[in-house]
Amino acid sequence: MTTPIHSTRLRESATFDRSVIAEIQRAAETGIYDIRGWGAKRALPHFDDLLFLGASVSRYPLEGYREKCDTDVVLGDTHAKFPLHLDIPITIAGMSFGALSGQAKEALGRGASEVGTSTTTGDGGMTPEERGQSKNLVYQYLPSRYGMNPVDLRKADAIEIVLGQGAKPGGGGMLLGQKITERVAGMRTLPMGVDQRSACRHPDWTGPDDLAIKILELREITNWEKPIYVKVGATRTYYDVKLAVKAGADVVVVDGMQGGTAATQEVFIEHVGIPTLAAIPQAVQALQEMGVHRSVQLIVSGGIRSGADVAKAMALGADAVAIGTAALIALGDNSPRYAQQYEELGSAAGYYDDFQAGRDPAGITTQDPELAKNLDPVEGGRRLANYLRVLTMEAQTLARACGKSHLRNLEPEDLVALTVEASAMARVPLAGTNWIPGRY
Amino acid sequence: MAPTVTTSTPANGVVDLRASSTREVNELLSSPGSPAALTITHPEGAHALACGLDADLDVTIDGHVGYYCAGMNQKATVTIAGNAGVGVAENMMSGRIHVKGDASQSAGATAHGGLLVIDGNAAARCGISMKGVDIVVGGDIGHMSAFMGQAGRLVVCGNAGEALGDSIYEARLYVRGTVASLGADCVKKEMRDEHLAELKELLDAAGMTHDPSEFTRYGSARQLYNFHVDNASAY
Repeated sequence: MTTPIHSTRLRESATFDRSVIAEIQRAAETGIYDIRGWGAKRALPHFDDLLFLGASVSRYPLEGYREKCDTDVVLGDTHAKFPLHLDIPITIAGMSFGALSGQAKEALGRGASEVGTSTTTGDGGMTPEERGQSKNLVYQYLPSRYGMNPVDLRKADAIEIVLGQGAKPGGGGMLLGQKITERVAGMRTLPMGVDQRSACRHPDWTGPDDLAIKILELREITNWEKPIYVKVGATRTYYDVKLAVKAGADVVVVDGMQGGTAATQEVFIEHVGIPTLAAIPQAVQALQEMGVHRSVQLIVSGGIRSGADVAKAMALGADAVAIGTAALIALGDNSPRYAQQYEELGSAAGYYDDFQAGRDPAGITTQDPELAKNLDPVEGGRRLANYLRVLTMEAQTLARACGKSHLRNLEPEDLVALTVEASAMARVPLAGTNWIPGRY
Repeated sequence: MAPTVTTSTPANGVVDLRASSTREVNELLSSPGSPAALTITHPEGAHALACGLDADLDVTIDGHVGYYCAGMNQKATVTIAGNAGVGVAENMMSGRIHVKGDASQSAGATAHGGLLVIDGNAAARCGISMKGVDIVVGGDIGHMSAFMGQAGRLVVCGNAGEALGDSIYEARLYVRGTVASLGADCVKKEMRDEHLAELKELLDAAGMTHDPSEFTRYGSARQLYNFHVDNASAY
């Protein structure tokens, strides 16, 4: 006779918890690493670990509903004839047609343009729909060079040389065969249905000195008109930013490990890179030491969700931020209205991350024409514009409370940290103290 | 700030790069009033020279050039009477680039179309990620050439270095001499009549007189197009 075990006596291993056991079982069953979308899901020190010090006696606030708090930003005014002038410092990060449906790319362009900001192509070239709906379009220059051509290069408003992204610094793009449709294959000069694994290194240069010449070439081809961004995944950020500036970047984009992806190995997403919070002070230090903070602009991405995150990133020294995952959520990704469809895929609203599979019921991370119809680009664009306005108003609210008449006037002195880890990474004092670990 | 330049068409059709800057020459070549033919002298290894051309121009560069000469070329014919640095004709879309000397690494990288002729040798990564360009090399090519080659033809009249055609897609490779080693998923293939015919056309276009029957064709085995655990050791 078996002795019944009371449930309270069951003890889950902290090392081999249920998700770890399930992954071992899945690996043994399939013989392949787990591939998924989204960004890091593990708990990390983040902007939630920082707080603003609102004005009181020692500081003077601005009237929340009356006094102006400006939000505009100019990007790339060091070398380019035509820098970008954005109304808000919240941009849309690079996401490819292929990873996303044509409707999703159009919606991103519509939403960004409605509020006066920029959107960005991805690893797969520029589509006419995207160019047509994007007032300010940043054209990514990636190792694969899929779809890269001088005609589109000259149509762009800025060029972003991608060296890495936060979800997978050191890794190339990935688009599995189910999303390589005839149109996607044609744009990328690939056979239909192949598992496309992009190169992780650029094919025609190998180091920062070469990068300087590559930037020169792109400037020559575009008649020195376009701002040149350099995007890095956050790892050795201090050195990478210095080298990017030395190579001639107008704008440096730093993407922390919470930054999303359409598809890569789970082990890559969760175990490579550093948190966004840790990367910003490194980048700012590099820019300040080179005397170019604010003249070479810093765009930060990776886990930006709210106006508070925007304001905190800018207080730490960013000139602007970029959003990707949050923008997709605004379009309708993981919406409860698709709860039944998510369950049929073995997931649930709020958890869905199988962007690589191309079966997204929200019509965003798919190339299935029937599924893509679920996203109305006009309605999606409107939702994104609403969300971007909310982020902006939230950031303005916090800036006014700190007495700032422009978002860029936020500063590290406005912040304190809730945890020792966040204090050390963000280089702001632990709340209620003057202590910054490692500094004082 | 962006450099300010003034350009004017030289009366004799010759620009001396000791007296003019790369910016001035490139702006002249991309301007509506560009001369149909131009000779550039004393390039002294200048980078990004004659890049981004987009017209039916005939440009001769009398000397050695640096990185990315004739990058992203469209329609133009560029002749380099010397050696070329890294990435000559990178991402070329159309036209013809002729290097009369040797080319450094990544010649014709990611190029979509047109013809790149290199009379001498080409270093590593020749034709890397090629997307439709035709490349004819009179001498040898270095390692990792045609890596991830997606489309187009690479003809090598000499020998090929290690890992030729690693992770190749649909590019076709013809080598007259030896191949140090083949990369992942690249295999020797049968030389059928249509291949002999297209090779003859390419050699003729490049001004080379070798017998096509002396060449061996290589291409993708297409075994790694979709991941399978049994192929894990190939990566």
